[in-house]
Amino acid sequence: MIEVRNLVKDYGGHLAVDHLNFTIYDGQIYGFLGPNGAGKSTTMNIMTGYIGATEGDVLINGHNILEEPEEAKKCIGYLPELPPLYVDMTVEEQLIFAAELKKIPKKERTQAVLEVMELAKLTDVKGRLIRNLSKGYRQRVGLAQAVIGFPPVIVLDEPTVGLDPKQIIEIRDTIKELGKNHTVILSSHILSEVSAVCDHIMIIDKGKLIASDTPENLERQMAVASGMELLIKASREEVEATLKAISQVDTIAVLESGEEGICKALVSFRSGEDEEEEDIRERIFFAFADKRLPILSMQSQKASLEDVFLELTKDGEPASVKDLDEPEDIQENISKKDDAIGSHTDAEQEEGEGDQSE
Amino acid sequence: MSAIYRRELKSHFQSMTGYVFIAFMVLFIGIYFMAYNMMSGYPYFSYTLSGMVTIIMIGIPVLTMRSFADDRKTKTDQLLLTAPVSVTKVVLGKYFSMVTVFLVPVLLTSVCPLIIQMNGTAHLKADYASMLAFFLLGCVYIAIGMLLSSLTESQIIAAVGTFGVILLLLLWPNLVGFLPSSASASAIGFLILWTLYVSIVYRITSHNLLGIGLEAAGVLAIVGIFFLKRNLLDRALVNLLEKVSITQVFQNFASHYIFDAGGLISYISIIFVLIFLTVQSIEKRRWS
Repeated sequence: MIEVRNLVKDYGGHLAVDHLNFTIYDGQIYGFLGPNGAGKSTTMNIMTGYIGATEGDVLINGHNILEEPEEAKKCIGYLPELPPLYVDMTVEEQLIFAAELKKIPKKERTQAVLEVMELAKLTDVKGRLIRNLSKGYRQRVGLAQAVIGFPPVIVLDEPTVGLDPKQIIEIRDTIKELGKNHTVILSSHILSEVSAVCDHIMIIDKGKLIASDTPENLERQMAVASGMELLIKASREEVEATLKAISQVDTIAVLESGEEGICKALVSFRSGEDEEEEDIRERIFFAFADKRLPILSMQSQKASLEDVFLELTKDGEPASVKDLDEPEDIQENISKKDDAIGSHTDAEQEEGEGDQSE
Repeated sequence: MSAIYRRELKSHFQSMTGYVFIAFMVLFIGIYFMAYNMMSGYPYFSYTLSGMVTIIMIGIPVLTMRSFADDRKTKTDQLLLTAPVSVTKVVLGKYFSMVTVFLVPVLLTSVCPLIIQMNGTAHLKADYASMLAFFLLGCVYIAIGMLLSSLTESQIIAAVGTFGVILLLLLWPNLVGFLPSSASASAIGFLILWTLYVSIVYRITSHNLLGIGLEAAGVLAIVGIFFLKRNLLDRALVNLLEKVSITQVFQNFASHYIFDAGGLISYISIIFVLIFLTVQSIEKRRWS
């Protein structure tokens, strides 16, 4: 378990990390997400004991990184942004050196090195000088070095940066594999990566934690503001009438689809009541089916993590969320966005109603 | 510590620095040995070593410049500083690896006095004692170079800085000779030194009362001595500063054939202080 309490890092007037608080529990993959310069690397550097904090504490399994650095560092394997490798050593030498630094007993050392070489698929290049390795291989050596001896906590700073897509997938799989038995913390500014790998996402911006939840929850909370796109073989009026009959439907916009006799409907739903009730898609399906109007396609427009991220990090004052563990705060943000969308669609709806009364 | 020691040692010989340094040292020892001992027939090998004191001024900075500056530049210090190894052990590992490289040419030259003996009279005790002093002097220089390397990211600045400091130390006895030796000059010198010291204390503690109190006490003491026991201050500053001369200990061995045990202890103490300062400079960097 890692506890970060009130962490501050002041670089001569610039707060890189601004009163950060969070707790990391064992056995999960955590993702630090944030734009460039958000303070991800600084936080990781402080957590691993590379740099000191201006204020605040970091406890690694109960050991304060400043007061008992050796005990705390024993629990951590760290892959910084730039893998710290000595270019004049071979892959194998580097890993043996890392094993010695981590105080792995002599008997187990060879075995430990073999294991991590296997894991990072480095066996083919073990005799090559790191100087001659490509960026992707260096990254893998860095990863192998971080996980050698399998410390309980593994911290990876942008582990896939600079890799080709195939290598990215490989490293992701490795990380997932590691996540089964270890606490893994990785940082990234790439959303798809974080959502693909992590069990828990922490969004950091300007040194502050602005959201912390599982990817599903973050998406779901945003999904409230989203709607559905339907393609229906029916007239405009029929579509509107059918949709109006469904209680959760909030706004409807019916557009031409471009094809003869087919309408495209954009629907949004009232928030708050979707949880316990039956799936809205089913109701829509049966509503149209009863009238024998075929639905040609139905697509939920769920807010992706991208939207969550952009929404949370867009303003100068990001969302004013103080304690991230409380979903209400995020809800608040979302409802702001909701309002914005709402005001737009309301106008459309009024127009639609006007049409109907005629 | 041993892991770092072995890695550093290996890296000295994987890059060229180790070989170049040893070759450079052996070449110049050979030249001096040939010129002084072989050609001119001077029986003391320590004389050759005196010549080498200027040569290591160039060699040592090349050996030490990489030690911390390079690690910092290539960020490999992240590996060392996030590993469960204390900074002191990192510093000691690196220091001993450089000392080992320096030991190689020193050991190689240990045959020279024997060569002299084969050709006539040799003063083995004096020569080997000077060799010990020479080795420790080199260790002091290595510690200076390591400290300067830990202060910068640039190997060039580390090398030039080390060269400058060692040159200053070499010229120190002559420079001190230029200082006025009158009692009033000594008093002023001591006042300046004391003020410097107090300002450092003040900078660390930020304690107003302590700073003012210390400064006042020092000024009172110096002024008091100046008026009451003036002759105590005659040449006092010059004498004190002359004691700081690091090369003097080696000269005691090499030129006066004195086994200066106190001097050797002072070398070792200086090494300890420099290693301590290196550790502090790395710790400090992590905090700012």
